Amino acid sequence: MTAKTLYDKLWDSHVVRENDDGTSLLYIDRQLIHEVTSPQAFEGLRIANRQPWKLSANLATPDHNVPTTDREQGIADPIAKLQVDTLDENCDLFGITEFKMDDIRQGIVHVVSPEQGATLPGMTLVCGDSHTSTHGAFGTLAFGIGTSEVEHVLATQCLIQKKSKNMLVQVNGRLNAGVTAKDVILAIIGKIGTAGGTGYAIEFAGDAIRSLSMEGRMTLSNMAIEAGARAGMIAVDETTIEFVKDRPYAPRGELWQSAAEYWQNFHSDNGAHFYKTVTLEASDIQPQVTWGTSPEMTMSIDDTIPDPAMENDPVKKDGMKAALDYMGLTAGTPINEVPVDVVFIGSCTNSRIEDIRAAAEIAKDKKVADGVKQALVVPGSGLIKQQAEDEGLDKILTDAGFEWREPGCSMCLAMNADRLEPQERCASTSNRNFEGRQGQGGRTHLVSPAMAAAAAIAGHFVRIDTL
Amino acid sequence: MEKFTKITAIAVPLDRVNVDTDAIIPKQFLKSIKRSGFGPNLFDEWRYLDLGEPGMDNSQRSVNPDFVLNKARYANAQILLARDNFGCGSSREHAPWALEDFGIRVIIAPSFADIFYNNCFKNGILPIILPESTVDELFQVVEAQEGAQLTVDLVQQTISSDDSLSHNIDIRFEIDQFRRHCLLEGLDEIGLTLAHSDDIRNYENKQKEITPWLFNTR
Ligand code: SF4
Repeated sequence: MTAKTLYDKLWDSHVVRENDDGTSLLYIDRQLIHEVTSPQAFEGLRIANRQPWKLSANLATPDHNVPTTDREQGIADPIAKLQVDTLDENCDLFGITEFKMDDIRQGIVHVVSPEQGATLPGMTLVCGDSHTSTHGAFGTLAFGIGTSEVEHVLATQCLIQKKSKNMLVQVNGRLNAGVTAKDVILAIIGKIGTAGGTGYAIEFAGDAIRSLSMEGRMTLSNMAIEAGARAGMIAVDETTIEFVKDRPYAPRGELWQSAAEYWQNFHSDNGAHFYKTVTLEASDIQPQVTWGTSPEMTMSIDDTIPDPAMENDPVKKDGMKAALDYMGLTAGTPINEVPVDVVFIGSCTNSRIEDIRAAAEIAKDKKVADGVKQALVVPGSGLIKQQAEDEGLDKILTDAGFEWREPGCSMCLAMNADRLEPQERCASTSNRNFEGRQGQGGRTHLVSPAMAAAAAIAGHFVRIDTL
Repeated sequence: MEKFTKITAIAVPLDRVNVDTDAIIPKQFLKSIKRSGFGPNLFDEWRYLDLGEPGMDNSQRSVNPDFVLNKARYANAQILLARDNFGCGSSREHAPWALEDFGIRVIIAPSFADIFYNNCFKNGILPIILPESTVDELFQVVEAQEGAQLTVDLVQQTISSDDSLSHNIDIRFEIDQFRRHCLLEGLDEIGLTLAHSDDIRNYENKQKEITPWLFNTR
């Protein structure tokens, strides 16, 4: 038998039929649903008088435009409210399990599903959201889709897909102290570029990846899409299986035994062929801060803002100039001298318990600097919020001057009331630093939770160990 | 998707070239969370004298008596006669949604914008391309005689008139055979996949043995 990659195995085990035109009908085990990309899909079902093919495959929760304060007050923005109400109605009508806004299990879809054990190794998982790649951390084939495909999956449990090429990103050795999964993925994107993974399914491998917790692995896979790859996977190992065990939606008893055994196979075989391989040495990776308007514009915390004059490629040079202009930065400035106005700790990239612990550890017995207007911590789900409160993390953070919020996407995309003002500079643990992403004219620097918390305390970007 | 085999209906002549999707359904109606209900706002800026906004009671608005869709003789039209480059502009699928919701099942024009043309098929609308002179002839016939009905037969690929019409019409049209098949069977992309339902069930039955935990009812 020929050696297969992890992606090959996931793909092959889900092909229902192959079409003449090179596409395949791929079976989808799990679909996650939120309020923004689903209304017309449900509407389509109704118009065509169709029923969901497999109700139990779907799981829904509102996240993109739920408020993160005063849940009692409801949603002020009428359009947001209509979308959330519509999700509730559709789920009730069709009988789809939904964690509504007042349910403690509500949160960001990509945080909620793994937390519930609804994301399992060896499965295919889709959602009308590009950061669905997150779930690849479980040895799962997971990718984002559009609204018409959401409807297609609801109605048929399948998608028509073309297979991507295999790409291996290998990170060897041990990570330096203070270097997190966020720094690793930013370093990878810095190296291969935001289009480096276009047309590929990425597998992340190597000792440095193996050493990451599931939370860290999810941070990594989450941003595979920022490297251009729709899917970013990590092989199943003991860490994966331990994480999944005993979660509400995970198999139990005898089924658990056979599942855990079956999942062991979800890794690339020795000698499996990758179309492209990229290798990084963990020891080369320092804590990262993005300086521009694309995730590939990233630098080490010890460096100075890059100079467009040093760039030979004229297109890149112009891009750098435009980015520095938008970001209000000058080449040659040490990044650790750049002050921040706002700090946002949250999003499907970094809002899990480990992220909040990391922030709290930095914030303990310290105060948010005077120059910082707002420092937000938005847990990824109600359950994470509760756990953090049980551990006393909320107290540590609020004592230091952080705001402690209700779960949701929040300032990651500023669809709810949380947003930057023009020219405000934000240290953010989210995944996109595009122009206007966190509010019109807002300036986003992507960092790890520890780095974000440290920036809040120092009032500017700073090495954690010098705080 | 609703099947299309044959309809006999009144045709409404919309005598303008380059009718774009923003004219078909203005952008303020795109915030909707629905794909149905756009019918009352089809051609909103032409149909009404005031500026339309989502949520208005359209029955209370003053209609433009000069606009062809508002004329009593064309009430209940299901066929739209149009001119060159119909459906140009953005790719919004709201345009065929609005036409379909209004009741239009056939659009006849000398040419269509590409994406719009494709979107029609996805939504059970038959767009027919005919030579300019033939479309002209249809405009004349329809405008000349009130209550004139045309029969569009997708099986025979013909457009014909019944006895009520003094002028005899007998036109043959061409259409991609795969698309014709999909419309005749009422198949959209989902419908096409559902045509493989047996394959999907076979796959599920096989997987129930291999990964039974994915088939718990939970
Ligand atoms: S947290 Fe941000 S990136 Fe993640 S799903 Fe929400 S909006 Fe998208």
